[in-house]
Amino acid sequence: MHLAVWTYEGPPHVGAMRIAAAMRDVHYVLHAPQGDTYADLLFTMIERSKKRPPVTYTTFQARDLGGDTADLFRAAVQDAHARFRPAAMLVGSSCTAELIQDDPGGLAEGMGLPIPVVPLELPAYQRKENWGAAETFYRLVRTFAGPTAPAPGTVRPQRAIGVRPSCNLLGPAALGFRHRDDVTEITSLLARMGVEVNVVAPLGASPADLARLGEADMNIVLYPEIAGVAATWLQRMFGHTTIRTIPIGVIATRAFITEVAEAAGLDASALLAAEESRLPWYSRSVDSTYLTGKRVFVFGDATHAIAAARVATRELGFTVVGLGTYSREFGREIREAAAEFGVEPLITDDYLEVEAKVAELQPELVLGTQMERHIAKRLAIPCAVISAPVHVQDFPARYSPQMGFEGANVLFDTWVHPLMMGLEEHLLGMFRDDFEFHDGAAPSHLGHPPTQRTAGMAAAGKPDVVEAPSALPSSAATVAGPAPWTAEAEKELGRIPFFVRGKARRNTERFAAERRLASITVETLYDAKAHFSR
Amino acid sequence: MSVETSASAYRSIVHERGQREVFCGLTGIIWLHRKIQDAFFLIVGSRTCAHLMQSAAGVMIFAEPRFATAIIDERDLAGLADANDELDRVVTTLIARRPDIRLLFLVGSCPSEVIKLDLSRAAARLDGQLSPGVRVLNYSGSGIETTFTQGEDACLAAIVPEMGTAPTDEAALLIVGTLSESVEDQFRRIFDAIGVGTVAFLPPRRAADIPSVGHGTRFLLAQPFLAETARVLEARGAKRLAAPFPLGIEGTTGWLRAAAEAYDVPAAVFEDAIAAPRRRAETALAAHRAQLSGRSIFFFPDSQLEIPLARFCHNELGMTPVEIGTPYLHREHLAEELALLPPGMRITEGQHVEHQLDRCRAARPDIAVCGLGLANPLEAEGVTTKWSIELVFTPIQGFDQAGDLAGLFARPLARRDRLGV
Repeated sequence: MHLAVWTYEGPPHVGAMRIAAAMRDVHYVLHAPQGDTYADLLFTMIERSKKRPPVTYTTFQARDLGGDTADLFRAAVQDAHARFRPAAMLVGSSCTAELIQDDPGGLAEGMGLPIPVVPLELPAYQRKENWGAAETFYRLVRTFAGPTAPAPGTVRPQRAIGVRPSCNLLGPAALGFRHRDDVTEITSLLARMGVEVNVVAPLGASPADLARLGEADMNIVLYPEIAGVAATWLQRMFGHTTIRTIPIGVIATRAFITEVAEAAGLDASALLAAEESRLPWYSRSVDSTYLTGKRVFVFGDATHAIAAARVATRELGFTVVGLGTYSREFGREIREAAAEFGVEPLITDDYLEVEAKVAELQPELVLGTQMERHIAKRLAIPCAVISAPVHVQDFPARYSPQMGFEGANVLFDTWVHPLMMGLEEHLLGMFRDDFEFHDGAAPSHLGHPPTQRTAGMAAAGKPDVVEAPSALPSSAATVAGPAPWTAEAEKELGRIPFFVRGKARRNTERFAAERRLASITVETLYDAKAHFSR
Repeated sequence: MSVETSASAYRSIVHERGQREVFCGLTGIIWLHRKIQDAFFLIVGSRTCAHLMQSAAGVMIFAEPRFATAIIDERDLAGLADANDELDRVVTTLIARRPDIRLLFLVGSCPSEVIKLDLSRAAARLDGQLSPGVRVLNYSGSGIETTFTQGEDACLAAIVPEMGTAPTDEAALLIVGTLSESVEDQFRRIFDAIGVGTVAFLPPRRAADIPSVGHGTRFLLAQPFLAETARVLEARGAKRLAAPFPLGIEGTTGWLRAAAEAYDVPAAVFEDAIAAPRRRAETALAAHRAQLSGRSIFFFPDSQLEIPLARFCHNELGMTPVEIGTPYLHREHLAEELALLPPGMRITEGQHVEHQLDRCRAARPDIAVCGLGLANPLEAEGVTTKWSIELVFTPIQGFDQAGDLAGLFARPLARRDRLGV
């Protein structure tokens, strides 16, 4: 048993729903109690879907448990088939139905439906949403592409002269972070290279499309969390080349183009020579100097978190001070990436642990999920969202990909926007005591102060440090408590811009504690500053 | 119309079975944890329960919520860990993190019910360890036993044994069911003006304010979904005052009058006390009536508020209910409401969501009241909708909210009229 306040991932059957809802002509019959239908609103409300997800729930109640819940399930399958006429049916259990062990797969198979039935075994007490999505996609791909696989050991025939190379785009699903726009962006990039997209799956694909997966020359895995397992299987069965570079950021997009060109036997030098994204110039332009070394904390699914950390470092000139993921399945990848940046990897699905880490690190920018947005808001730290899970505002009406060259433009804008602009930051540093132009004021292009609390504390003349919420175990607190600040030192601390003040306070107190100083003076503050700036 | 004549209306109630597109009782925690300010709700359940809680409200309530889930994992199921030891460990962590908590509810879920985890014993054990600082109670919000608002019923019923025993000659009035703080204060002022004596509210705002109950206690249900709570209060000797529910002018008047009559308040005093707020409500409703009169409305089952709402829409706004779906219909508690509904209304108890959608499409109502899973798909088909959950989260009871309640139905229609796209 473990305590959870908020969760990054839902149960695995929600992952299965994300596959079913993304596809066409598939229906999912879920053996589940009344109440589990809440999952529909993830799609209809958060993603503003115009259709209910293609899911029928048995919604059994306590009184059904004494009777025959298996009959209830069979009736639901029969009704769903008669009403929706899908080309394929997924069947499975939610967490509660797993406990009553009705075996939906066996029951459905015994019914002799005229369509393929794909049973899903998604252990709800061990696994989570992304695993459920990956498993469901893999089962579907196996079921429909499997029969078209060549005999083992068959050498993949050479592409005929004059036939354009083709690929499958794998991974985009319902409720994914910007999947819709990424597919558009990457499809157009591939078209300019001369690579055709054979099938996009699961988004928009039908079972018949899955049966055509083998026809492509290569598989492009856009979202390994969802399509990694299926792509590995396709590679083994069909001898496909698998493109695993994730085209997020200019550097990775170029690497992606090179990798695809090589696999397709194409010359992409013209495309690579063109400066397709504005990001490189925007980053080199002098106004961006103030971005240099901004301390950034990155958390999300492994793919987006690793990509964001690389873009932050190499393309915006930030410093990554923390990197983590809630995807335990990708622990190895995150550990390797964290080593690249010289930080400790944070692998957890406990949002309280992430909050404690952010509070401890006091970054100047947080790149994360909707959870980190709330954490950052609470700690008055600027934030941009880079990964699922996300809320309704992260499904924008405008075209807003994360991948490809346009995606890089979007990243630049989205990550720089929450920050104070360069000259404004300098002026704040110079004129700390201006009654209007004080640091409680937000960046002038954002309409509101960082938090009510910060503003209130500043007005009351109290120390304006942003503390970890009292609800948290105070891991950082020393036993004896920090040395007291002299009034003068406290005032001087107030002159440090608010977004680094928490860090300055912590560093100074640590410095004083290490030297067993009785109190913290202005001198201590500057000594600590010199000490830590080495 | 008397209650007897409405018996004919009962016969037109259709029962349906099939897929139910409703929340489970856990969802009640979303408002209960805000209402009782020093209570914490610990769901003993699965990842699905935790995911439901953060998705159901449509937004995440990100002030540190006073609810959490103890997620059962494979170790608990395989018997590798003793579920009770695990629960004790989780509760200890929780109480250490939240020393301000005075009342802890262990809330049962579908998985905890199916594996027969005895939360009442766990609550008794933990209560023994933690009281008097923290009281530990339990109830079930599981989907196999409760539908949406029934979770509040189960929670309040769990509080009843904690209520002290009032002396028999103490004839206090108890208002039962969560109301917003402002509505509660308004009712308190009106009850003072009417002169019914002591008035207490269940649930209380703080654990220390749990009212007492006895043979002299009379209670008014403020919500139509409190069957079990009413039963256990009656078992403690309290007497339920039969009344319609305080929605709209008619409902609020009837509800308050039931109290006035029970306490022998002279009619003139009663009329005088409600005259001013009643007049304000009439003014507020008039503005919306022009827009809503003659419009048809279709209720999907959700909160059990559907019958009082349909009565309000019909009698006070001139709307035509095409179908009134309700998850459950408590014949006795709803008797006064049913009597106020015109005969021949189509009332559906239970749900078969696909059949109901077919009927809704065929009826093409001007507005459909439905859950969050159905709203956007219906809008995309051209049916204007009102999310039913908003009717549970918004203060709608009493005279001064009658206009707001009408506004909730008027706004989606006004929006549709405004939009040129």
